[in-house]
Amino acid sequence: MTAKKLESSESSYKERGDGRAFDELREIEAKVGIIPEADGSALYRSGKTIAIASVFGPRTLHPQHMQNPQKGLLRVNYDMMTFSVSDRKRPGPNRRSQEISKVTEWALSQCVDLDEFPNTVVDIFIQIPQADAGTRVAGINAAVMALAHAGVPMKEMASAVAVGKMDKTLVVDVCKEEEDYEEGEGATDMPICILSRSKKIALLQADGKISIEELKQAIEMGKKACEKIHEIQVKTLKETKTA
Amino acid sequence: MIIPKIQKQRIIQYLKEGKRFDGRKIDEFRNIEIKTGISNKAEGSASVKFGKTEVYAGVKMDVMEPYSDGPADGTLTVGFELSPIASPDFDIGPPTIDAIEIGRIVDRGIRESGFIDFSGLCIKEGEKVWGIYVDIYAVNGSGNLLDVASLAALAALADARIPVYDEKKEKVDREKELTDKKLPLNKEAMAFNMTFHKLGDKIIIDPTAEEEQISDYRISIAVCSNKGKPRISSIQKGKGGAISHEEMETILNLLEHKFNELYEAVHKKVFKK
Repeated sequence: MTAKKLESSESSYKERGDGRAFDELREIEAKVGIIPEADGSALYRSGKTIAIASVFGPRTLHPQHMQNPQKGLLRVNYDMMTFSVSDRKRPGPNRRSQEISKVTEWALSQCVDLDEFPNTVVDIFIQIPQADAGTRVAGINAAVMALAHAGVPMKEMASAVAVGKMDKTLVVDVCKEEEDYEEGEGATDMPICILSRSKKIALLQADGKISIEELKQAIEMGKKACEKIHEIQVKTLKETKTA
Repeated sequence: MIIPKIQKQRIIQYLKEGKRFDGRKIDEFRNIEIKTGISNKAEGSASVKFGKTEVYAGVKMDVMEPYSDGPADGTLTVGFELSPIASPDFDIGPPTIDAIEIGRIVDRGIRESGFIDFSGLCIKEGEKVWGIYVDIYAVNGSGNLLDVASLAALAALADARIPVYDEKKEKVDREKELTDKKLPLNKEAMAFNMTFHKLGDKIIIDPTAEEEQISDYRISIAVCSNKGKPRISSIQKGKGGAISHEEMETILNLLEHKFNELYEAVHKKVFKK
């Protein structure tokens, strides 16, 4: 490493492996209605990461003791297919998938309005057939479209992106190669979910090393990226013919 | 899924006239679509659709110790998930007997037909062989998941390429691209699964979710080709109900008829010829 690169204001991460600009998202593919048996469904692909989501409900919640007579409940289940990653994932839920399900549920609970549906549940299922980092945010983007497609009442929509810090460089929409970056301060991964109208943060996580100033910048970058994603989500929904 | 009695009566009435709700003949499959390479982290993958019913299948491989009854043979593990993403009728939780049964029938269809040449998966006899995992997920459950799952497994296996084995580290090198080497497959032994349902006094194939729910019994038969003739490699009779002699005749005639009509075309789709 040269002396120049060791200067604290300089970052060793000067260029992204796939040639993207630091604030550039990967190629996005969005589709709704991919699972006809569901009330709503969507696919969201960011580069090589693919998420599919389906929505069922509002439907009667079982077991009964979990029912809320005041309003409906939102329930999220996120899972990865065994072959979506390099080393086969063991089938079924694990600690990671359960945590992601929960934080996704908390984020999406800010979008839906289930006051008119006491004792019911809206179930969201997210599956990852192919993973190249950012699966939870891809899952959220698919789930939001699936909710809208199902016609579940929503206060606002939401979009999500993983902002990363490679050494000292902030980037949006981190891919797996970047997630594994080890030079300098290494990689920091920050999934962030922004509500479309209020611009509030519905999900924020971080793993790595980051200063307060950098975090502020990261959130701003995330917000801008989420605006772009939101546009695509809306466009996809509008262009879909309702059956 | 709860199907009202009156609906069941209507379906049976229709069948008597040789008609089905979706306009198909009683012995007609829905449109079959096969797409391979749907997941780039898998050694091989495929999505298969029969009409609206869709499943994803992926193959992963790893090096493992062989079983003592086959010290020079690779191994196969097939898993099937009725993921709740696919239908309001499926729940989260450990695999139900319905999912386990489908996984096992698909497994037997592949294993018993000799589709995979397990001896070609030996790295070092008694020590290291390739283990093949085929995992299948229901994505949209609109009936006949068993036949769709079985075909998806075959297509994913046909799509698969063997990963790089690092002899020094004695494990798979996941950093490297997959080799160009395909799995040792006996292409003629591709066992296509067909499930027949008795409904009213008719035998139907490729049932919708509704039809399979109300049928009296089902029988799944995996058939491969033996010099152009159908050869059965696995059978599973399912649900209550019993098969009469005449019905069994009808089923086997239909099996032969459908084999002649479809096998070659499906085979071509699986091997992308």
